[in-house]
Amino acid sequence: MTGASEPTPVHPPGADHFRIGVDGRPVPVEAGQTVGAAMLAAGIRSWRTTRFAGKPRGLFCGIGVCFDCLVTVNGTPSLRACLVTARPDDEVSTT
Amino acid sequence: MTHDLVVVGAGPAGLTAAVTAARFGLRVAVLDAGSRAGGQYHRHRAGRPPAWPPLARLHTVEHLAEHRVWAVERTADGFAVHAVAGERDGGPVTVTGRNLLLATGAYDRQLPFPGWDLPGVLTAGGAQALIKGNGVAPGRRAVVAGTGPFLLPVAVALADAGVKVSAVLEASRPTPRAAALAPHSPARVVEAGRYALALARRRIPYRTGRAVIAAHGDDTGLTSVTVARLDADWRPRPGTSTEVACDTLAVGFGFTPQLELAGQLGCATTPDGFVAVDARQATDLPGLSAAGESTGIGGVHLAEVEGELAGYAIAGRTPPRALLRRRAALTRFAAGLRALYPVRPGWSSWSHADTLICRCEEVPRDRIEEAARLGADDVRSIKLLTRAGMGWCQGRMCAEATACVLSDVLDRPIAAPAPTRPIGVPIRLGDLAQGAS
Repeated sequence: MTGASEPTPVHPPGADHFRIGVDGRPVPVEAGQTVGAAMLAAGIRSWRTTRFAGKPRGLFCGIGVCFDCLVTVNGTPSLRACLVTARPDDEVSTT
Repeated sequence: MTHDLVVVGAGPAGLTAAVTAARFGLRVAVLDAGSRAGGQYHRHRAGRPPAWPPLARLHTVEHLAEHRVWAVERTADGFAVHAVAGERDGGPVTVTGRNLLLATGAYDRQLPFPGWDLPGVLTAGGAQALIKGNGVAPGRRAVVAGTGPFLLPVAVALADAGVKVSAVLEASRPTPRAAALAPHSPARVVEAGRYALALARRRIPYRTGRAVIAAHGDDTGLTSVTVARLDADWRPRPGTSTEVACDTLAVGFGFTPQLELAGQLGCATTPDGFVAVDARQATDLPGLSAAGESTGIGGVHLAEVEGELAGYAIAGRTPPRALLRRRAALTRFAAGLRALYPVRPGWSSWSHADTLICRCEEVPRDRIEEAARLGADDVRSIKLLTRAGMGWCQGRMCAEATACVLSDVLDRPIAAPAPTRPIGVPIRLGDLAQGAS
């Protein structure tokens, strides 16, 4: 039976795993995942505050259209976390 | 090297067109923003391509992944396509071709409601992309809401990723006329039946005439949504509101086509805002074709048929008649399906004075209304007065909603303008400077 009781394992055995740093905190990644997906899987739902009201933002459109999920990766600012594929030892910083 | 054909978009339409043209000997380049070919429908995990024939023929074309196309222009003998390669560290790239096919697809249409900017509120396509492309479940407990048949596979995908899906809330009441569509596309009706069964098996209730009219949360994000029954115009029925606890809301109201590049070239559009094409998927500009969702929202099967037709036509071949018949049937079916899931004007009553319409520039509804009363009578004037649509997303998320709020104030229909930007996606000034040199 394919029911809701069988969640997709986030880290199936045998897959290629590594870590990235998010504001200094280690976050596990399965090769091929985006920075945003890895952050969400680690329980990080928001990683930016808006300029005016200081409201939290994270993923919204998830496909590169809305630009809500911007992060800095290895010093390069304003990258869309939903599009950037994570690489070993990436350092992600949020604002 | 000038290609015979340059395709923008490696989804169902674009890649089908590309491999079809390549089969007839054309030199084809396909540029796509994604890191793996397949588009939104065939999005997949790294190293796990789906069994989709065009993906198996990817080697017959030059596939330029992670290429964000920001401009297209006509040249003496065809087209120049300007892109930035690499999501994080690439440089400018220009690809030229005698023919250009735009297969840029579509993204979820959004309608603003209180709390739609809370983390945990995701577009339906975004929720699906997390699962299909990354193997990541977006949360633990979800509500799926909006309108259109796409909500069904999203709910099933969420459930299969281990998310408890409280309900699928379809704002329309699509049942009575659905049967009339069956002769045009039996396969799709079977598919709909399969999804209904899949929802039932997973004990996910499917409720029509209902919507999420507000989302609530704290600094960490979404904690619950308000669900209400709607009247035929999508106004909430008084006294029907209930609160549902959830950490994820997947929401979408159909799709908005990506028309930035078509807008740059200035090809003709249809009255309902899509790229106008003829029986061979050709636009009114010589050498320029379009296929897939940017020519009308029709789903994956129609997109592939359109792509194959375009591939034949660009290669100068006569397409099989069966292909033309299939497109005609799927086109009729798609039109019928769209008619079943119209967006009704009452959605604008869900928003309040302080509800953000433009997420990027944080412009609330009352600022747009104020600008309208000050004399702004089109979306561009609203943008200049309020900054709505001036931010990172370039109005992709809010242009349609801004037009609707404006219509409410002026009490007459206002259309969201077709995009006509010289730069189709945000790029760095350095890349622009290098690309221009």
